[in-house]
Amino acid sequence: MNKLKQLSIKTIMFIIFIIFMGISILIGFKPGIEISKNFTSFSFEMIKILPPIFILIGLFDVWVKRETIVKHLGKDGGIKSFFWVFILAAPMAGGLLPSFPVAHSLYKKGARLTVILVFLGAVGIGRVPMILFESTFLGVKFSAIRIIASIPLVIISGILLGRSLEKKDYKLPETNKKLN
Amino acid sequence: MEFIYILTIISVTISFFINSKKTKKAFKIGAKKLWKITPPFVSIIVAVSIVLYLLPNDTIVKYLGDTKSYFAILTALTIGSITVMPGPIVYPLCSILYESGVSYSVIAAFSTSLMMVGIMTFPVESTYFGKKFAILRNAISIIIAFIIALVFSLLSGWII
Repeated sequence: MNKLKQLSIKTIMFIIFIIFMGISILIGFKPGIEISKNFTSFSFEMIKILPPIFILIGLFDVWVKRETIVKHLGKDGGIKSFFWVFILAAPMAGGLLPSFPVAHSLYKKGARLTVILVFLGAVGIGRVPMILFESTFLGVKFSAIRIIASIPLVIISGILLGRSLEKKDYKLPETNKKLN
Repeated sequence: MEFIYILTIISVTISFFINSKKTKKAFKIGAKKLWKITPPFVSIIVAVSIVLYLLPNDTIVKYLGDTKSYFAILTALTIGSITVMPGPIVYPLCSILYESGVSYSVIAAFSTSLMMVGIMTFPVESTYFGKKFAILRNAISIIIAFIIALVFSLLSGWII
């Protein structure tokens, strides 16, 4: 019941937001027009990214065996796991937001928390499309220094945080069940 | 961006030829998962579009350009942590910042925290991984962005 209420509040807020954008465009209210421009461009970016990502997640779910993930990214994966997640993160488009469901699928198939953390870090620092933009606008030197400095930081912090969470037997939240 | 599409098309084609039933199942799973995560995604997009209006480029340039060294790094970390910006917007903005005299270390703090820290994406991250995970990961990412900024300030005038 509570969940239903929450959902409907969100829906009502969203409808109000849509009406606000519509009226702003009609009467030429500048802030509203700017906000709706931001909204459409960001929405389009997500609409372009999310369907292929979720199709790949679906394929991953039906084809990739749990044992494979456990072997390479799980407890026995060792240091090589980090290499794999950097490869996996490199082509990720759209930033951190679309990478959460990908990381979640990896975890569900048996990847360890340390590896998940390093994957999310790798998405932040090492996506190829982003690096191309960066080196174009800020120079190859800037990109090189940033990447060299951040790779060890991401791996070391991922290991430290992942291990401490695993030691405390960290469990994903209950609400998370409805996402499967 | 194109790469994801090429990869998806190739994977779907191969998967379909090997086993069409499994492929259909994969689509169903993907669609179901996408549908379930749509409401929080939409809320974030709405919030981001409002924040981007409240923090236009000139304002960011003003805040990061007016202040000096360490204080500017902290301001850059704060703005970068709160906002989410689509990639194609971030780097042109960074080069505007550089041209208006902002140092590389401040730019590094800004772009790294934008990429790694997501206070606005926190709701989605915590639905998937839990609040504790999301708080700790974001906190550590802020520290990483700060260290990278320090690296740049150490190297400035020497390598870069």
